Amino acid sequence: MAIHRVKIFTLFERFWHWSQMLLIIVLLLTGFGLHGFHSLFHFETAVTLHTGAALTLLLLWAFSVFWLFTTRTWRHFIPTLAGMWAVLRYYAYGIFKGERHPYRKAYWRKHNPLQALAYLMLKIVLFPVIWITGLAYLFYFTWRDLPHAPRVLQVIAEWHTAAAFMILSFIFIHVYMLTTGHSFRDHLMPMITGFDEVELTPEEEAYLRKDQPEDIR
Amino acid sequence: MRFVALLSILLFAGGLTPLPARDAWPTPPINLRTASEVSGPLTGGTADHHKFDELKGPFASGPEVTQACLGCHTEAGQQFMSNIHWTWSFRDPRTGQQLGKRYLVNNFCTNARGNEGMCAQCHAGYGWKDETFDFTDERNIDCLVCHESTGTYYKTPNSAGHSACSVMFAGKPPIDLAAVAQSVGLPRRANCGTCHFNGGGGDNVKHGDLSSALRAPPRTLDVHMGVDGANFACTACHLTKRHLWAGSRYHIVSKDTTGTGKPGLRSDVATCESCHGLAPHTVTSLARFKLNDHVKSIACQTCHIPEFARGGVATVIDWDWRTAGKTRNGEGYHEEGYIQGNGEHRYTYKSIKGNFVYAENLIPEYRWFDGQMVYTTIDTRFDPAAESIEINGFQGSRADPRARIWPFKRMHTWQPYDQGNGTLVYTHLWGEDSAAYWGNYDMAAAIARGMADFGLDYSGKYGFIQTLSWWPIAHMVAPKEQALACGDCHRPRDSRLSNVAGVYLPGRDHNRWLDIIGTLLAGGTLAGILVHGMIRFFAPTGGHH
Repeated sequence: MAIHRVKIFTLFERFWHWSQMLLIIVLLLTGFGLHGFHSLFHFETAVTLHTGAALTLLLLWAFSVFWLFTTRTWRHFIPTLAGMWAVLRYYAYGIFKGERHPYRKAYWRKHNPLQALAYLMLKIVLFPVIWITGLAYLFYFTWRDLPHAPRVLQVIAEWHTAAAFMILSFIFIHVYMLTTGHSFRDHLMPMITGFDEVELTPEEEAYLRKDQPEDIR
Repeated sequence: MRFVALLSILLFAGGLTPLPARDAWPTPPINLRTASEVSGPLTGGTADHHKFDELKGPFASGPEVTQACLGCHTEAGQQFMSNIHWTWSFRDPRTGQQLGKRYLVNNFCTNARGNEGMCAQCHAGYGWKDETFDFTDERNIDCLVCHESTGTYYKTPNSAGHSACSVMFAGKPPIDLAAVAQSVGLPRRANCGTCHFNGGGGDNVKHGDLSSALRAPPRTLDVHMGVDGANFACTACHLTKRHLWAGSRYHIVSKDTTGTGKPGLRSDVATCESCHGLAPHTVTSLARFKLNDHVKSIACQTCHIPEFARGGVATVIDWDWRTAGKTRNGEGYHEEGYIQGNGEHRYTYKSIKGNFVYAENLIPEYRWFDGQMVYTTIDTRFDPAAESIEINGFQGSRADPRARIWPFKRMHTWQPYDQGNGTLVYTHLWGEDSAAYWGNYDMAAAIARGMADFGLDYSGKYGFIQTLSWWPIAHMVAPKEQALACGDCHRPRDSRLSNVAGVYLPGRDHNRWLDIIGTLLAGGTLAGILVHGMIRFFAPTGGHH
C-alpha cells in the first residue's frame, strides 16, 4: 500500500461539478429573489434566469445519471456504516485536537462514509424534491384548471422553498468542509486537476501503470 | 425674381444646413385633431351630406332635422328605438333585475327618475321631461348629438327647472341647425363624449377612465384613441350593427373565451380579445409565454391600464350629500378647492350636491369579477342600520371559470336613504316647484315628492348612508411599454394584488413559518460553522488542521 497521485475525477465529473455549482448559485440567487428576500433582479429577469438555469441543470443531471450508471461510478455512493463512527468522532472532537482525518481515499471509494451518505441524500432526496416541485411549478399552466390548483401550487411552492433552504445549508457545510483536513487548496485542486492522493493496493497500482498510465503520477 | 433666387439658394443650402421642421414647408401640416377617426368597418363613406338638398334647411327644431334624416335612412328610427340610449332601460336576462338609467339609483346625482327635465339632456332624444314622453315617436330621436361634427351643437335641459339653476344654461349662442345637419358623419369621440365624458354631472366625475382628455389624446393616454396612435373612434371597438353597439356596463364579458372568431372581426362584443385574440402576447420569451397564461385569470385591463383618471382630468371618488343645502344669504353657492392636472379648477362644494373629493392618476382597486353586477335598485330592501351598501355588487373567485381579476374605480358616497324602510330613495332634484331640492334645499320635501311621484313606499324618515359603486376600468389603455411589470404584483410588499385572495402569488405569498425555520436553518448552519471554526482555530493543539 502506497500513496500515489491518481486521477479520481474525470473531465466529465469536473465539468458536471462546476457547471452544477454555477447553476445552483444562479438558482439560489434568483430563487430567493423571486421569493421576495431581495430585489437584485426584476421579477421577469429572475423568472427567466431561474427557469433557464433549472432546465439546463435538469439536462446536466440527465447526462450525469447516464454517466453514473454506464461507468459504474454510482457504487461510490452506496451508503455504509463502516468507518462512519470514526469520521463523526473526528468532526465532533478529533479535529479540535489536531488529529489526522481517519478516512483514506481508496481508488474504488473516493468519499468517506459521511460524505457518501450526504451526497446520496442530496441526490435521491433533496434534488428530486426540488426538481419535481420545480417542474410541477413550471408546468402550472397545464393543470391550473384542476380543482384546488392554487392550494396545491402553494404546497408545491412551500416544498420547493424548503428544499432550497436545505440545499443552501448543504452548500455552507460543503464549502466549510474544504477548510478541514489539510488545506482549502488541497481539497479544491482535485476537482480542478482531477488528481488526488490515493492509497493504492499493489494490484491497483499495477493495473493503472499498465492500462491507464496517464491516470497515475 | 429675387424671391425665387433666394429660394433656390435656400434649397441648395438645404443640403448643407439643417432642414427646418417639415411642418414649416408650404404644405400645411396635418392637423391631427381633424384627421378622421377610425370607426371600425364603416369608415370611409359614400355620401357627402353637404350636397343633399334635404339638409339645406332652414330647420326650426331638432325633430325637423330628424325627419329629414329619416327621409333617406328609413330604418334608422326603428333600429335606434331599441337601443339603450333611447330606452334607458335594460332588464338583466340573468338576474331579471330592471336596470337602466330610467330606473336605477346611483351614488352621484342619485337618480334620473323624476329629474328627466335635467338628466335627459343625455337622452338621445328631444323633450323627455316627465312620464308623458312618447318613446314610440321616432321624430323625437336626436340624430345630431351623435352624428354632427361641427362641435357647435349642444343640448339644454328639457324643462326650465328652478331659476337658481336655469341661469347656468342661459345665453348660449343659437345653433345653425342646417350647418350642423350637413356636417353629419360617423360618430367621433367628441360625440360620444358629450355625455359619456360628463357622467355624474361633470368632466370624468363618474367613470374615471372617460374624460374630455380623450377627445384628442396622445397615445400615451390611450394607445387606441391616441391621435398619434391608432386614432380610434369609440365605435372602432364598440362595433355597431343596425344601430346597436357592442359593449355594455350592464352585461359585461369578464372573460372572452372566443377571441377573434373567424373570419375577421367579431361584432358582438367590445372585448380586447375580439381583436387581440386569446394569446395576445407574441411568444418571444418565457415571460411572454407566461403572460398568455395569465390571461386566464387577469383581465387585459389590469396590467394595461396601470392608472386611470390620467391626462389632466380628475375624477370624483368621494361625494358627501350630508353637507348639501348650505346657503349664503339664502342662496346656493359653490367652492373651488381642487386644481387638476390640466390647470382647471374643480368644485369641491356645491349647495345643490354637497362635498366632493377628486383624484387623478389613480391606481385601481383589483377584484375577482365574474361579469355579473347585482344592483341595489329602488325596490331593494336592506338593513337600515347597515354600515354601507353596494349600489352594484359583484362576485368572482379563482374557482369561477368566468371570473378574472379586474381593475375598478371605487366610488364612495354618503347619500340619502329611507331610514325607516331600508331602501334607496328617488330625490326630486329638478323642477319648477317648491319641492325640487335644487333651488329650495329641503331634502325632506324633495325625497317625499320623489317617492310619491312614483307611488313608492316611503317611511317619511330619511337619513344618510354610505354607498359604494364599482366601475370596471376599460379605457385609458397605456402603450405596452407602460403596462405593469411582473414585479408590480409579484412582490412581498405593496403588491398591486395585495388584497386579491384565492391564488398563490409567487413573490407576494409566503409561509411565514417556513421562512422563519428556513432562515434559522441556513443561519444556524452558518453559526455552527463559525463556532466549529473558532474552536478549531483557538483549540490549543488544533492549529489549522
